[in-house]
Amino acid sequence: MIEKPVFYTEDLAVGYRGKVLIGGINISVDRGKILTLIGPNGAGKSTILKTAAKQLDSISGAVYIDGNDISEIKGKILAKKISVLMTERIDPELMTCRDIVESGRYPYTGQMGILSDADHERVEEAMRITSVTEIGKSYFNCVSDGQRQRVMLARAICQEPELLILDEPTSFLDLRHKMELLNILKKLVREKSIAVIMSLHELDMAQKISDFVICIKNNRVDRCGVPDEIFESDYISDLYEIPRESYNAYCGSAELMRCEGTPQVFVIAGGGTGCSVFRKLQRENIPFAAGIIYENDIDYLIAKSLASEVISAPAFEPMDRSLTERAKAVMDSCKKVICSLKGFGTLNNENKILFEYAKQHNYL
Amino acid sequence: MKKAERNPVFGFVFLGAVLILLAALNLYFGSVKFTSAEITDVLLGKSENISAVNIIKGIRLPRMAAAVILGGALSVSGFLLQTFFSNPIAGPFVLGISSGAKLTVALIMIFFLEKGIVLSSSAMIIAAFAGSMLSMAFILLVSGKAGKSSLLIVSGVMIGYICSAITDFAVTFADDSNIVNLHNWSMGSFSGISSGDVKVMGVTVFAAFIVTFMMSKQIGAYQLGESYAKSVGVNIRLFRILLILLSSILSASVTAFAGPISFVGIAVPHLVKGLFKTAKPIIIIPASFLAGGAFCLFCDLIARTIFAPTELSISSVTAVFGAPIVIWIMLSRGKKKASGV
Repeated sequence: MIEKPVFYTEDLAVGYRGKVLIGGINISVDRGKILTLIGPNGAGKSTILKTAAKQLDSISGAVYIDGNDISEIKGKILAKKISVLMTERIDPELMTCRDIVESGRYPYTGQMGILSDADHERVEEAMRITSVTEIGKSYFNCVSDGQRQRVMLARAICQEPELLILDEPTSFLDLRHKMELLNILKKLVREKSIAVIMSLHELDMAQKISDFVICIKNNRVDRCGVPDEIFESDYISDLYEIPRESYNAYCGSAELMRCEGTPQVFVIAGGGTGCSVFRKLQRENIPFAAGIIYENDIDYLIAKSLASEVISAPAFEPMDRSLTERAKAVMDSCKKVICSLKGFGTLNNENKILFEYAKQHNYL
Repeated sequence: MKKAERNPVFGFVFLGAVLILLAALNLYFGSVKFTSAEITDVLLGKSENISAVNIIKGIRLPRMAAAVILGGALSVSGFLLQTFFSNPIAGPFVLGISSGAKLTVALIMIFFLEKGIVLSSSAMIIAAFAGSMLSMAFILLVSGKAGKSSLLIVSGVMIGYICSAITDFAVTFADDSNIVNLHNWSMGSFSGISSGDVKVMGVTVFAAFIVTFMMSKQIGAYQLGESYAKSVGVNIRLFRILLILLSSILSASVTAFAGPISFVGIAVPHLVKGLFKTAKPIIIIPASFLAGGAFCLFCDLIARTIFAPTELSISSVTAVFGAPIVIWIMLSRGKKKASGV
């Protein structure tokens, strides 16, 4: 018999007040794996997470943890299996960070909530993993957003769950704190073999950290798969309803709207030297053309999003002379050329010819 | 910012000492002067002086005990309401719960007095409890719509005014000689409390206090908000019902015997949190009780001695000391928000 995953749903329908927001949800996650929900704002990612954590009752279908339907598990038992980190911001008065972490031991303590030595050990371990030991005695209200989020994660960890549910854990955090939090999470999942379900807005992060990705859109699970299957430029652009080509799967990021129109500047680029020129022109609202760029070049990816015209050459082959002629024609119409290349290699000879041509005609 | 570790034992010893000192002062001061030796004799049952026994055992001791019990009840009730609504200035008086209790007690008292029946103290508590629950129901209705906003407090204050207006109206037009008492009571006062009353309030408040104290763990979890409380296994529905019942019973006991008393419920829990530098319910609940008792002893002492033989209403004294504390709380919270921490 194949062992079932620690968490899975069966035809789950979620929503508010008996109205289905998203139906037909069949997702699962194994121990030691991270499942990420992505999708536009208001798609219902939080609703799914809340239902999975039994904060919200499901409308139909069921959620299973350890093979048991969560609607039949008592609150205190469930608390030992699932812990959460929600988006709602808490404002506890006069509570130290350690107090907050300790509150995660709730399901394990007795009537009066006094922590045993074993409980204290768990608390300290959780604080060590999330590196918040130092701020243990500071008031929660007086530490930074990044620290708070780590404290909340420590709290969720010392609850010793089998499944950790995180709703947008990296919101409000700066780059460093985002990285730190996700690194901790990755380490945690590996060491403690906890299953994680979370929602993320940062696609680049989602792409890097997730073992499996679920896309939520238009009241349904639009697509699910491993990151490689999900993070394709066209699919992500459609998911978030942004113009195709503005999202770049390799970089995991999106470019701002391109400046449409007849090119006014021609950029001779390649090898990543063009990116900053492209972005500068885009900021200044100048439509431009770029060439001749190999299709495996980072400049090609950016130019495709930003340039109104890109003259590209297939990778690993010498450039075709016809491309040079096309580029010259565009240059003639622009009358202005920027060359971001510092030198030209053997295989880049066509660009050298373009550069000479521009120099001859005083386009530079 | 580092927390100054403070041993809660010192806090409790301090509060206990203050409470005992104020209790002694309350027994000592009064319109009739007794020496401390005389008072000790009376308390030990060795006194032959009938009038001293009557005054001290019949008047001062019950009044002192009532101030402690009811002051404690008010503070704990305030702490529960602040936790429940996540609002620092919630309290039985501000939310109109005391006034609701006052209204029902006054109406029922007038109704029965006209028939010549004097209500028992337990009947008064039940009437007050019904009134508290009515106001509470209204507040819950508003809080469902308004959340934790200041609208909650505004509607509480409005309920308070409406209930007080109706009570005043009823008291003004009720014709009975007992109306004078009723008037005193409706202003808030610890006077005229018998030792029988003290027993009833003692049992009620003690029972509610024990249940509240046993709920320290759940209250602590609830301080992080409803979803986190739920995620660690708190039965939210049951918890909310219990919290409402307990805070209503506590404030109803106060109103039934001493009328509405303002500011104690807001000010004392905050003072205690400042003293202990924590908000842990397992410390704050008993500490609030002790501090509330001490605060009311202090205020009652002032109310009956400062312009003796004229007595002030207890609310006017608690307001003088309590209101500045509330303003200070609001300002310090505002400062915290503004500095972004």
